[in-house]
Amino acid sequence: MSELSSLENDEPLLLAEGLAKNYGRLAACRDVSFALYPGEVLAIVGESGSGKSTLLQLLSAQLAPSAGQVSYRMRDGVLRNLAELGEAERRFLFRTDWGFVHQDPAQGLRMGVSAGANVGERLMAVGWNHYGRIRDTASTWLERVEIDTGRIDDAPKTYSGGMRQRLQIARNLVTEPRLVFMDEPTGGLDVSVQARLLDLMRNLVSELGLAAIVVTHDLAVARLLSHRVMVMKGGRVIETGLTDQVLDDPREPYTQLLVSSILPP
Amino acid sequence: MTAMIELADAEKTFTMHLQGGVELPVVRGVSFRADPGECVVLSGPSGAGKSSILKMIFGNYRCDSGRIGIRHHGKVVDLATAEPRQVLSIRRSTIGYVSQFLRAVPRVATIDVVAEPLIVNGVAREEARARAGQLLRRLNIPERLWTLPPSTFSGGEQQRVNIARGFISDLPILLLDEPTASLDAANRAVVVELIAEKKTKGVAMVAIVHDDEIRHLIADRIVDVTSFAAAA
Amino acid sequence: MNAPTYNFAYLDEQTKRMIRRAILKAIAIPGYQVPFASREMPMPYGWGTGGVQVTAAILGPDDVLKVIDQGSDDTTNAISIRKFFGKTAGVATTTSTTDATVIQTRHRIPEASLHAGQVLVYQVPIPEPLRFLEPRETETRRMHALAEYGLMHVKLYEDIARFGHIATAYAYPVKVNARYVMDPSPTPKFDNPKMDNCAALQLFGAGREKRIYAIPPYTTVVSLDFEDHPFTRYRFNAPCALCGADNSYLDEIVTDDKGGRMFVCSDTDFCEQRQAAGHHGTESAAPHKEKAHV
Repeated sequence: MSELSSLENDEPLLLAEGLAKNYGRLAACRDVSFALYPGEVLAIVGESGSGKSTLLQLLSAQLAPSAGQVSYRMRDGVLRNLAELGEAERRFLFRTDWGFVHQDPAQGLRMGVSAGANVGERLMAVGWNHYGRIRDTASTWLERVEIDTGRIDDAPKTYSGGMRQRLQIARNLVTEPRLVFMDEPTGGLDVSVQARLLDLMRNLVSELGLAAIVVTHDLAVARLLSHRVMVMKGGRVIETGLTDQVLDDPREPYTQLLVSSILPP
Repeated sequence: MTAMIELADAEKTFTMHLQGGVELPVVRGVSFRADPGECVVLSGPSGAGKSSILKMIFGNYRCDSGRIGIRHHGKVVDLATAEPRQVLSIRRSTIGYVSQFLRAVPRVATIDVVAEPLIVNGVAREEARARAGQLLRRLNIPERLWTLPPSTFSGGEQQRVNIARGFISDLPILLLDEPTASLDAANRAVVVELIAEKKTKGVAMVAIVHDDEIRHLIADRIVDVTSFAAAA
Repeated sequence: MNAPTYNFAYLDEQTKRMIRRAILKAIAIPGYQVPFASREMPMPYGWGTGGVQVTAAILGPDDVLKVIDQGSDDTTNAISIRKFFGKTAGVATTTSTTDATVIQTRHRIPEASLHAGQVLVYQVPIPEPLRFLEPRETETRRMHALAEYGLMHVKLYEDIARFGHIATAYAYPVKVNARYVMDPSPTPKFDNPKMDNCAALQLFGAGREKRIYAIPPYTTVVSLDFEDHPFTRYRFNAPCALCGADNSYLDEIVTDDKGGRMFVCSDTDFCEQRQAAGHHGTESAAPHKEKAHV
């Protein structure tokens, strides 16, 4: 699907309605509603403790909301409430139509298993049963994320931080998901490594027409990757809009503070 | 003739929360139109709000009240109230923006930076690159630089890359924010030519140019922004 | 002096009932690991406490018991367990595969084909086939429940990537009744095809891990593989030095400290029967390589 056609699709891919999560008296997330469309990249920005990671977990059905619901348009076109999916369906979604890129690649990879098998695992999980084809596909994906295919049999524990993160992306994209969740994907990487990773993600997202929800505290990441941004503070979405609009013409005091805190490049 | 752009009473105020909530009015009562094949030049002193108006038409700055009608896919959309998705769609297929500075994408080759707007609109990569090459050549960017990322270029070179990226598309509206600011005479002439070509193709343009000579060469109509100045 | 008297087959009746319930459940869900309250046995873990408890629970006075360890009736472990049941249950014991009604085994399936009415009891050290790739028990259980077995192929993939072929030679994973992936205990993969559509009931007991699982008679058991790397079994490319058999699983026996060796059937009963029937091999010290066995 080209980016153009996917962006003009009028049916939302994911729909959040009145999402809230309470931990006792603490409201980690309150009254979040939005629609995400195919091919659209949404950044959720805010400081630590603003509720953005909680929101990501709610959206990706890893956490049950205290109120509200998340619906997702399955590949058959039917919008389904995630809370009503069976565990098997949810897990199937997670390894086919969704991707999840963790900040720490060790959480998203099997560190002791070869890069080829890391990428191939999702394929084997959906029934691929031909070693040669699995390996060829893994190898193609390593190339796409700029990892030397000569390292296909090495385990990620021998990789650098940037390579691990790129491998994690390949492992997630191999089943051609329609939605990828990313939790601080460039966190903990050197600045030069970050730039390369961002550029790679930006290209992949646009080539594959992926929808993505990216949690980040780094406004530069939001600017480079996302179409739309949601600013969170105290568990609430305080401002939302086109990324360049929110960053160039911030309205809320907190957003103005965030934007003005960036050091000039 | 149907206007491509029609502003009616558009208004913009910045509220500076970090400065104790100071209200900074920028423009009010902005009303003008641009028709196909027409280049409207905004004039007025620095700080009168010319760039802010361009940014409002592009959806980069929000419009507090009034209307910004944009003809998009044959229908008029009010950009002041449009959904983010609609604004993105308008930017993809209706409005192009040539700013003064290139917001460089790291690591991407110049030729691909220029070709990207075409590729996004479904033109084959090879054809897009060929057209990008033609434009870069016209703008006197030597071919040996095409494969390098523009972030390493001089200010003038970067601006020419930016102009090429802005002019390559077939969008019906172009917003030009000082496209000739740091160019030499030869390259300024190329830009004037490019603008003339766009006019013959029916592209509506809104431009900011400080150079009087260039303004005379490209302007079909001049809108004095001073009258919109929202003096507090 | 009076010898101590034991309850029949050592375990008390309540315990045997508990184990039988686990066995029945295991038979009802072929390949599924049923937890059970494994008891302390008068032998250390690793000596077959799981198998012994299963045997104790199913043994009746009329049963004829055979115990093998690596195919052999006369290794320490086999003799100890045979004597244990001889003493605590007073059942008849045998070394003949055909005559036995219950066969407890460690690491082999007899060469002679099993017949209806027989029970093969496996001693299992680690019942969970997914364990080496997924350390969390909660997660492996969920994977079994949802039949998410992609991970099993990851292991086979790693084998091929590293060695050029599926190098897993024992504990080779199988899928039982087209549903559960199961670890057949550390039997050589040479024996895997014998589990498929077998006339005998196969029971698996893991004492330390407290799990029982089963393959009912005539159940489909398929070894996992890739289309382009199909399951293959291997044996040393030689006839048995004692009975000349060329289709049995061979042990390599080092005969001196100068590199001398011989290759003999690991199934001692099979080998003796053949020798009694007049078959003979020739001792050959030549080293033999493993070869695919069809």
